Parts: sequence; structure tokens; C-alpha cells
Amino acid sequence: MDALPEFQVLHPTTVDEVVAARKEHPHSRMIGGGTDLLVNIRRGIEAPPVLIDTGDLQELKTVEATADSITVGASVRLTELAQHADVQAHYPVIAEAAESIAGPTHRNMGTVGGNICLDTRCIFYNQSEWWRTTNDDCLKTTGSMCHVAPKSDGVCFATFSGDLAPGFLLFDGEIDLIGPDGRRTVALQDFYTGYARQDGSTGDGKNYMAIQPGEMVLRVRGKNTPGLLTAYDKVRIRRSIEYPVAGCAVALKRDGDTLSDLRVAFTGTNPRPVRLDGTEALTGGPLTEETFTALDDLCKDQLMSMKTTFTPGHYRRRVATQMAKRLVQRLFDEGA
Amino acid sequence: MAKKLVSFTLNGRAHDGAAADNTLLLDYLREGLGLTGTKTACDGGECGACTVLVNGEPRLSCLTLVGQVAGKDVETIESQAKGGKLSPVQEGFHLKLGAQCGGCTPGYIMAAEGLLRGNQSPTVGEIRSAMGANICRCTGYVKIIDAVQHAAAVMRGEEPADYPDVPAAQG
Ligand SMILES: Cc1cc2nc3c(=O)[nH]c(=O)nc-3n(C[C@H](O)[C@H](O)[C@H](O)COP(=O)(O)OP(=O)(O)OC[C@H]3O[C@@H](n4cnc5c(N)ncnc54)[C@H](O)[C@@H]3O)c2cc1C
Ligand code: SF4
Repeated sequence: MDALPEFQVLHPTTVDEVVAARKEHPHSRMIGGGTDLLVNIRRGIEAPPVLIDTGDLQELKTVEATADSITVGASVRLTELAQHADVQAHYPVIAEAAESIAGPTHRNMGTVGGNICLDTRCIFYNQSEWWRTTNDDCLKTTGSMCHVAPKSDGVCFATFSGDLAPGFLLFDGEIDLIGPDGRRTVALQDFYTGYARQDGSTGDGKNYMAIQPGEMVLRVRGKNTPGLLTAYDKVRIRRSIEYPVAGCAVALKRDGDTLSDLRVAFTGTNPRPVRLDGTEALTGGPLTEETFTALDDLCKDQLMSMKTTFTPGHYRRRVATQMAKRLVQRLFDEGA
Repeated sequence: MAKKLVSFTLNGRAHDGAAADNTLLLDYLREGLGLTGTKTACDGGECGACTVLVNGEPRLSCLTLVGQVAGKDVETIESQAKGGKLSPVQEGFHLKLGAQCGGCTPGYIMAAEGLLRGNQSPTVGEIRSAMGANICRCTGYVKIIDAVQHAAAVMRGEEPADYPDVPAAQG
């Protein structure tokens, strides 16, 4: 019965207790549902000495979704988020994204906090210990080279694949954190730092979140804009259970025949979830071929899929772009 | 590693035991208690063979630490047959040939049990979604859906019928 390395598990019942436990055990990790972390531990990717169970913190189990704003606690399970009537009514993109994650059993276990902080993924990383060792460990673990981009000089391109982040990015999401120095709020856009610039000036697939040692995610929030229509789409190899080949969240507003607001965000493409820059320039007129060509250009420019999955990077970028176009057309038609 | 006491309800009875913090529920059930009906297969949360019910909800025992079920209600495949009689779900899998090699079957039965407790008239789509985290390499899934429909009919107190061909999945 020694499949796992030795670790101690703490089961605090309040956020204050978590903060204290994090202070006392600087190398501890939080475990929500464990559907990401325990897999990594089993594969010998990580071996934290202490796990802090944050999956049952009552304080962080609330969902508040009104026409104006949405706030979701880190310990909320994905099943609950997906089935929440107010989320379905006001934030369909978030309910649909939650429903698309893994399989039903995982959604009963997985938490929102774990999904927001999901580790980035790569075919050279999400493998058993013997596989990684045989194939010369890469730099996201103990090696010195990136096998996806051998010339990368220390930069990792592992892909962010959590499905909830794009939806929250559409609503200018914010994240509430608590740590040894108290509470702070960070824009979700700034929370994910995996720009993977070659000069190393930003985060990458290895350092993908602006979370400080000892901090934990309390809640994720978003602000609505009246009249926005939203939806989520995702392509995966097996439709019933799988990380995204690419995932796409779209919000738009139609006034008469005018596209008056357009927001697009992706997961499964870059080492960070991407809220597409420059979509405002596509608004103010009708939806035409030119709009789609311009959208295509934005995607080409900002989606940086590399060969971190079994499907080639250029294919994932095309899939992502195509999903965005289809969603834009569908929502625009629905807004008529 | 030092063991700690852990108490939960197991198959309807209060259970007190001892386990190290790094013990998975799956290993605890199989190796600690000899309840080998729950299966180990992929070891990474991808196949559903280890599915058990925790507070009535299907969960993966291979990604659950024993300490995470303290005070909760755990049900395994061993809770299904009672008094020498198969449960409705087991009967469905037996009569409708929902099992071939049988490796995935305990997981399927527990996932189906979780579904049917809350919904005794599931559509084929609902059955498909509820079984979405389970993988079967023998049956081709159609027989499994038949089996769950059979069990649902038995639970509703109806005479189980022959079900028309299950439509192919869309998309
Ligand atoms: C077969 C399979 C398929 C999957 N498919 C998908 C998919 O399609 N889409 C998808 O998005 N996910 C997928 N997942 C991953 C996972 O199930 C979900 O993302 C889930 O939401 C993760 O949450 P968790 O609570 O289980 O995470 P955990 O494993 O508990 O935690 C994940 C990470 O987040 C950290 N963490 C947890 N809570 C907090 C907190 N409050 N503050 C700070 N850090 C925290 C942990 O330390 C850990 O590093 C899949 C998993 C499996 C096994
Ligand atoms: S992108 Fe490169 S460094 Fe990052 S996990 Fe993959 S192979 Fe390793």
C-alpha cells in the first residue's frame, strides 16, 4: 500500500486555519478534489510533504450569480456550478464550461479553486515517472531542456487547459486571494502570467500564476454587462471525458444589426488562458466576412499552440479559431 | 508511516479503521479491508473502474484519500447484492449482457446506481452522460445502456421490456 510518497494531510475547517497551516508548512500544497494534484503525485511529478485539504471549507462553498455579477467560492464543486440555476440563467458560458470538464465523477470531486489553479499540461510532462526518465526529463520537472521547443532556452510552453478561466475572463474576472500578508484581489488577466516570452521577462508553462508562497484562492468573480449573450464550446478527442484540444468562450451583444460588443477567450492553446486583445475594433457595424477575417487575424496573432498535445499546434489553433467563428455567428443569430 | 484513526460509514455500517495519511481510498478498500470488488485499472482517474459512491455521489476512489471520506457515507460494489439476490442494476448488467470481461463493471454499476437514485426515468442521453467517466473496452456500450434501462424499469416497479436499438451518439 505504498503507491504514494509519504505525506501528511491536514483537514482545516476554516480559511484562517488554512492560512496558519500554510505558514507553518511552507512547502505544503492545497488539495481541493485532488483530480489534478493526486494524479501528478502518483506520477512522481510532485511530492509535497504536506497536503492541506481545502475541498470542504464551508466558507468557500457559495455561489452567487445575479444579472450584475457572479462570485464563486474556491471549494464549490464543478457539478454544483454546472447545475446552478442562476449561473445557467445569467452566465451560460460558465455553466457550459463547468459541464464540459472531465467526466461526471470528476465533476463531483473537482473544485473551482483547483480548476482555476490547474497545472499546465504537456505530453512530455503528464507521463509516468519511468516514461519521463527514459525520455530525459524536461525542464518543467528536473531536466534542463524543453522537448517541445529545444531551442527555447529555459522557457516552458506547457498548455493551460482549465475550462473555467476563459468564461471568467470575458466578465473581467477577479480573483480574491489570502496569504500570510492578508487579502488581496488580482485581475484574472494579471493572475495568469504564461506569456512564455523568449527573453524570460514573463511567466511560462512552468510559472504560470501570479500566486505568492502561502497564498490560496478564496473566490473568483466577474461583472456582467446587460444584454451580453454568452456560450462555451470545446473540442476534445473523446467527447465524454478529456482535457480540451481547445476551448472557446464568447460573449457578444447585438443591437439591431450592429455587433456592439465582442469578447473572445480561449483555453488549451497557450501557457495561459487567452482573452483576445483587439476585438473592440470588430464592433460597431454588422457581422460580415470582414469581421471573421479580422477575428482570424487576431487568433493567428495571439494563439501560440505548440506541440504539447498529441494534436499538432497549428491544428489546435485552427480548431480554436473555427469554434470562435461558429460561436460568434450562433450568438449573433440568437440575438436577432 | 504512522497510521491515524479514520471513521466513516461503509456499506451501511459504521467503520472505524486506521490508515496512513497517504492511503488512497481504493487501496484501503482493496488491500486493507479485502473489498476487492472495486477495481484498479488506469491509476490516473481516466477509466472509472474504481468508482464508489460517497454520500450517494459517484467518485473515483483512486483519487480520493481515505481522510477525505471521514464522517461520510461510502458505498462499494459489495453493498449491491443483498440476501443472495442481485440488485436491480446488477440484474440489468447480468440479463442484458452489460459485462464481458467484467473489469469495468463494478465501476459502471456504481455510476449507474448513483444516477438511478436521483432519476429513475433517465433518457439515453442522461445515461450516456452519467456513464461518461467510465471506459469499457469490450461491450461497445450499447449493452451497458440496455442494462441501465433494465435496472431503471425494475426500480420503477415495471416489467422490464426489450429496448429498441440505442441511437448512435451525435457529433
Ligand atoms: C481524466 C481527467 C480529465 C480531465 N479533464 C479536464 C477538462 O476537460 N477540463 C479541465 O479544466 N480539467 C480537467 N481535469 C482536471 C480536473 O478534474 C478539474 O480541472 C478540476 O476542477 C480540478 O480541481 P480539483 O479540486 O480536483 O484540483 P486539485 O487536484 O485538488 O488541485 C489542482 C491544483 O490547484 C491547487 N489548488 C486547489 N485549490 C486551491 C486554492 N483554493 N487556492 C490555490 N490553489 C489551489 C492545488 O494545489 C493543485 O496544484 C481532468 C482530470 C482528469 C483526471
Ligand atoms: S513545453 Fe517543454 S519544458 Fe514544458 S513541459 Fe513540455 S517539454 Fe517540458
